[in-house]
Amino acid sequence: MAQITVNEAIAEALAEEMQRDPNVIMFGEGVATKRPELLSAFGAARVRNTPLSEAIIAGTAAGAAATGLRPVVDLLFAPFLTLAMDAIVNSAGKLRYVSGGQFSFPMVVMAMTGGGWTVGAQHNHNLEAWFVHSPGLKVVMPSCAADFKGLLKAAIRDDNPVLFFIDMPLGHLPGEVPDGEYLVELGKAAIRRAGADITLISYAKTVDTCLQAAEQLAGDDIDAEVIDLRSLKPLDEQAILQSARKTGRVLIVHEAAGPCGVGAEVAALVAAQAFDALKAPVIRITGPDAPAPSSYPLEQAFIPQADTVVAAARRLLRRGTGESVPAVAERMR
Amino acid sequence: MESIPNDGAAMLERMMLIRAYEEKLASLQAAGQAAGTCTSVGQEAAAVGVIGVLNGDDRVLTNHRSAGHLLARGADPGRLLAEVLGRSTGYCKGKSGSLHISAKELGVLLTSTIVGGELSLATGVALTKTLRGEAGIVACFFGDGAACEGIFHESLNLASVWQLPILYVCENNQWQAFVHRRETMTGDHVSTWAGGYGIPSRTVDGNDVDQVHAAALEAANAVRSSGRPYLLETWTYRLRGHFEPDDQSYVEPQELAEWRRRDPIAAQQARLLESGRLDAAAIERMRARVDEAIASALAFAQASPFPAASELTTDVYA
Repeated sequence: MAQITVNEAIAEALAEEMQRDPNVIMFGEGVATKRPELLSAFGAARVRNTPLSEAIIAGTAAGAAATGLRPVVDLLFAPFLTLAMDAIVNSAGKLRYVSGGQFSFPMVVMAMTGGGWTVGAQHNHNLEAWFVHSPGLKVVMPSCAADFKGLLKAAIRDDNPVLFFIDMPLGHLPGEVPDGEYLVELGKAAIRRAGADITLISYAKTVDTCLQAAEQLAGDDIDAEVIDLRSLKPLDEQAILQSARKTGRVLIVHEAAGPCGVGAEVAALVAAQAFDALKAPVIRITGPDAPAPSSYPLEQAFIPQADTVVAAARRLLRRGTGESVPAVAERMR
Repeated sequence: MESIPNDGAAMLERMMLIRAYEEKLASLQAAGQAAGTCTSVGQEAAAVGVIGVLNGDDRVLTNHRSAGHLLARGADPGRLLAEVLGRSTGYCKGKSGSLHISAKELGVLLTSTIVGGELSLATGVALTKTLRGEAGIVACFFGDGAACEGIFHESLNLASVWQLPILYVCENNQWQAFVHRRETMTGDHVSTWAGGYGIPSRTVDGNDVDQVHAAALEAANAVRSSGRPYLLETWTYRLRGHFEPDDQSYVEPQELAEWRRRDPIAAQQARLLESGRLDAAAIERMRARVDEAIASALAFAQASPFPAASELTTDVYA
């Protein structure tokens, strides 16, 4: 078990998969410049810089994927995905279906997002739910070094287009990564902390926020379970429902805005399939319906914080305080 | 159906087949028996002339006006019509309809109806060929409308920088949906834009199948020998509307009449008759064969089953 950073885990995954399969190639803005180790190991044909042209980067990936390669493309910052939407959503996501299954699109699109670097709204926009809403695509957003490695390797081997989101501040985060070949199956959530009283569901950076909250709650004798979704599509419905039935209380935490977000999908799932087990309403704590600010204090206010999670969890567990739970929920959002 | 042999009569017959197929589609639409569709009536010479120079290991990417390219490449009109009518025997199991038909077995890949979509995908198809050392080039068909999309410029730039073997074929049919090219471009030709990317180009009379064929051969050979892109512009005209039904009330009657006089099929018939390579009886026999092919295609399509309801969510994920 080695202690490496998320960025190192990503680099290991890329190198291992390029070594394993000559069809794996990587290109994007500065890929060859920023990954000299890949360039020297695999050559300029397979590790390529591109123009600042997101649309053709993504389209080239889709065309190459459909004809036998396994491209990994780095579009750097998630808001720039808006320039690549046609290739990702209309081509990679739909042309398998539209063609009656004649083509598949084994490709990975990497992009960074998430608050913490004060880069502002056009470099930080958690738009992962857009892709969950688009058929034919898979979406992952890991929280720790081991998952970055294991999920990226699995994404490269997957025969579908996978959006691989990197929560920006996690890049330098160290973590234990198992030695040797390590894969994490897409579509499987992880229970980061087992608990009996309330389920905190999150993904990416805010998983750690939930773990911090769970520690604080433990001081109040509240035993929180923390689930890391890891894959947003496919979604591990069984893991969510099992925990919801166990604790009867579900609090969903993500940095992306609330409306039509992943949390809404999780809440709907729990309401539809575990309603009888619920002891309290399902609550979301999300980023606001506002562009991500740059100013550090504002950006921190944008990101769900452990104290907010703790307060919401306490209120969900407290009864007869005179404050209604829906009112709390409204304020939290 | 085979790809077209390189002779004027065979090219004429294939153009006649494309015309008959699309006119049948338009009449089915008018009769309420088919969904609206885009035709390439008037542009048959461009499709037949270019596809005629391609080899089996070449790859073709096309767009919403794809019937000419598919039929020129040897597509079965029965399976095409079945696709348009939403039947399970269609090339895409009825999941495409007329607008984005691909036929992998013919090397016609990844048809996109998002104008310019094919330009975004062609570079990747060509990259696969290059990296794997596979024989063949990539022919990418698009219109003057797509050339006004940003992706045209991104595609040409990358293909030039990465030296990708792409034959870009711009069918300049003068119309961008409901807007004349005059309103959207400061010059007449898309070919002149290629030079800015270091890509050789040429404009050819797109209504003369012999000229298209000769220019396409030269262009394809240039791509084959250099491994680099080339842009061929076929100067042609969309004789029907953007979409069926379309009364073309926005089209200048004089311009339409002028281009009708330059109909590529009538022109080729006249050339072959004048040169003595064909007589009127031979053309009549062609017409009869084409009509028979379309009639049996329609019978096949209409007798084919619709997809089962269970097909609704298959082929979404690999």
